[in-house]
Amino acid sequence: MTVAALPAAAARPPRLSFDATWLLWAAIIAVLVFLVVSPFIYLVITSFTAERTGGFTFANYATAYGRSRYVDALLNSLKLGGTAALLAGIFAVPLAWAVARTDMPGRGLTRMLVLATFITPPYTGAVAWILLAGPNAGWLNRLFTLLTGAEAGPFNIYSFSGLAIVIALYSFPYVFIFTTAALELVSSEMEDAANILGAGPWRTMWRVTLPLALPAILGGLIICFLEAIALFGSPAMIAIPARFNVVTTQLFQFFGNPVRVEVAAAYAMPLLGVTILLILIQQLMTRRKGFVALTGKGGERRPILLGKWRWAMFGYAMFVASLAVFLPYLFLLQAAFAKAWGRGFGLDNLSLRNFHFVLFEHGTAAKSVLNSFLYAGVSATAAVILTLCVAYIVVRRVVPFGGVLGFLCVAPFVIPGVVLAIGFYAAYAPPPLALYGTALILILAFTTRFLPIGYVNASAALRSLNPEMEEAVRVLGGSRLTALRRVVAPLLKRSLLGAWLLIFIPATRELSAAIFLYGPNTKVASVMIFDMSEEGNLEYLAALALILQVLTLPLLWIGQKALGRDFMLRRSAT
Amino acid sequence: MSKLALRNVARLYGTVEAVADFSLELAPGEFVSLLGPSGCGKTTTLRMIAGFVPPSAGTIEMEGRQISSPSSVVPPEKRRMSMIFQSYAIWPNMTVGENVGFGLQVRKLSRAEIDRRVDAILDVVQMRNLKGRYPAELSGGQQQRVALARAIVVEPEVLLLDEPLSNLDANLREEMRFEIRRLHDAFKITTVYVTHDQSEAMVTSDRIVVMNKGRIEQIDAPHKLYARPRSRFVAGFIGRTNFLEGTKQGSDVRFDGFSAAAGQLEGGDGAGGLLYSLRPQAIGLSGQKPNGSSVAVEAEITGRSYLGEYWDYQVRPLAGTKPVRVSTSPSAVFEVGSRVWLEIDPAAMVRVE
Repeated sequence: MTVAALPAAAARPPRLSFDATWLLWAAIIAVLVFLVVSPFIYLVITSFTAERTGGFTFANYATAYGRSRYVDALLNSLKLGGTAALLAGIFAVPLAWAVARTDMPGRGLTRMLVLATFITPPYTGAVAWILLAGPNAGWLNRLFTLLTGAEAGPFNIYSFSGLAIVIALYSFPYVFIFTTAALELVSSEMEDAANILGAGPWRTMWRVTLPLALPAILGGLIICFLEAIALFGSPAMIAIPARFNVVTTQLFQFFGNPVRVEVAAAYAMPLLGVTILLILIQQLMTRRKGFVALTGKGGERRPILLGKWRWAMFGYAMFVASLAVFLPYLFLLQAAFAKAWGRGFGLDNLSLRNFHFVLFEHGTAAKSVLNSFLYAGVSATAAVILTLCVAYIVVRRVVPFGGVLGFLCVAPFVIPGVVLAIGFYAAYAPPPLALYGTALILILAFTTRFLPIGYVNASAALRSLNPEMEEAVRVLGGSRLTALRRVVAPLLKRSLLGAWLLIFIPATRELSAAIFLYGPNTKVASVMIFDMSEEGNLEYLAALALILQVLTLPLLWIGQKALGRDFMLRRSAT
Repeated sequence: MSKLALRNVARLYGTVEAVADFSLELAPGEFVSLLGPSGCGKTTTLRMIAGFVPPSAGTIEMEGRQISSPSSVVPPEKRRMSMIFQSYAIWPNMTVGENVGFGLQVRKLSRAEIDRRVDAILDVVQMRNLKGRYPAELSGGQQQRVALARAIVVEPEVLLLDEPLSNLDANLREEMRFEIRRLHDAFKITTVYVTHDQSEAMVTSDRIVVMNKGRIEQIDAPHKLYARPRSRFVAGFIGRTNFLEGTKQGSDVRFDGFSAAAGQLEGGDGAGGLLYSLRPQAIGLSGQKPNGSSVAVEAEITGRSYLGEYWDYQVRPLAGTKPVRVSTSPSAVFEVGSRVWLEIDPAAMVRVE
């Protein structure tokens, strides 16, 4: 058979006509408008809407910024962000340098401990630190009084500095990831060039290595800052008892009875503005031309020999790990297996009662874990499929203006979880959709929140795939769909599994958005843990938090098998 | 009827003309190369033939049936062509056998028939013993053979090759040139071959289309392109050459350091600029004044390089200013500074534009 025998219908207009690809484009843009644009627009509109009449007003802004304690909460957040980012830098940068560029012993161990920190939800860390540094009863204080005979210990987690430290301890992995990624791209040849011109190792580090990594370090610090000001769990557990407010806890109070979503929307604006601004700055900084990110090749890297400082460096790494991992988990375990955590490590205090209670007796705790995994699973699947479609359209230029779709997928990155939740509440809680309290609104919010992770990974995976692979299918007679099914999908399997896990794992512990959107039947594990902390049931809470962590381990193992040991600590993961 | 015909095909990217006014007809079973420097539009042309890129103007026909025009394009999968890509595009998730059998599977042949044909073609490219291997386990040359087998096994109407040898090392490249020509002679598939390497094009092709800046410079058989280049670009791109600029003086044409009778020169009586290409191999070099019909010019050796297969001399006519390059056999040794005679046959001088 020759082409002459092909049906005439096979010829198709190449562009600017209403065909299947345009339908797809329209469908995807409709979904993205629903997920991303509309909550954002509703947020803005709602902030200008009068509470009762529904008319246009500036009153919400007047209310939101009319009281000094509301304004103080804003300033507290900025202060908190700055302090936490600075501390995170102090924790992370030396560790990152030591792991990426030196012969410090235990580099693999350090990486593993940073990963353990990274997968610890900040609120779990906060609870652990309440056990450690609560005034009077906290273990560190008890140890102090035991050793010194003093009346009371010096540590008080319920303070601004306590909160800043706890946040920094669980956000420093961001700085670590950014910094190691940058340092691993600095080739030894650049350092050799400085050495041969007479610079010693320290001078080389200060003048060559660190400046090359500086944009990445600052980028990581900015992410830490944003994480700190957007966080809800830790401040709610620590700042409220300490009698000060930050933006997120104040927003939560606006959502108390009665819900004042209009004021909350107005009050959320600075948080949104600061986030957008800083992300822009961060992007400009890390994308500047001529910096390390562009010189991926360039020779081997030899570790810098630290000599006797090796062990000092290792000591520091273990110190940071103690604060973030060893001590917190030790006392979480103690509390989870204790009849009463204050009674210490005695055998007579050991019990499995907490786990039994949480799993089988408590009315909603077990269900909340199931909910978390179910919602996270559906969201991760939806986000991966959607972002894969968008990435394919953008990378392969299937339609003109595909870039708009890509932009919408990464846009939620600049929307803090609490703000996103308020947007979703404003858009979809009222009729006609009336989604408030349904599983769907949580799933939609999670999907939106993690679109950027999905998109970054999906488009990176697609870009690594030579388009000639697909063209070879088509020229041999296979359709675009055949190419997707037989070649693209099998080749992207691993990357997509990775993207799915990178969404699924954080989605199982998401709190900032969930706390504003859950209903009586849709409580998730993170909200459950938060409730227990308010009730003071620290033993049950510790048990539930550990269950959540243990359930994560197999997923982590799968991810490491499929994608390599550091799959969660790569730049594309954040 | 021609197998494949491109009629005044053009392709614009924005306002950039990647290909302009491209017309070419291929006879059934013909092997044609598109040759030119990178960015000359040869790959765009190939992708228009494959159907990946719609033309901005003009039409492409296969056996008289239109397959591409600005308003409608038969998609690549409906063209019954096959293509070998620069990256080979061997699918890493399939074995050698699965790669080669893919096109047959798409054509819904029976399992047994697919097996039979895959085995046969793998025998032809001497890869039968590697049928069960995955591409990651193959060398570059073996991957190339898989790509060839995969493209040929479907018995395409037209075979397209996009710089298929550019990723191979020099020895393998030379071997694969002959391999490609051998397969063509065995299967007689109408073939379009894109390359920037003139020797690749000369070894494999029946005809070569030399392209420059999106336009066709010349279409000819390899030996004619070399012997009779029509433009300065072609003369310079295919092989080495001397460009000699002449001015009319009575019945002679005066060059730098010698002159020739206008009547003996190709187009010597014509109007316009008189630019000639003269291959270094076409110039004689001797110690004594030669006798014959050629123009004899007394000259001096100003430089030389020995390249094993030949001597490359720079020789300046005594009456001239610039040296010309002359290739001689390795046994013709002249010292720098010595007096020699150049022997220039006006018939070997090709007028170019």
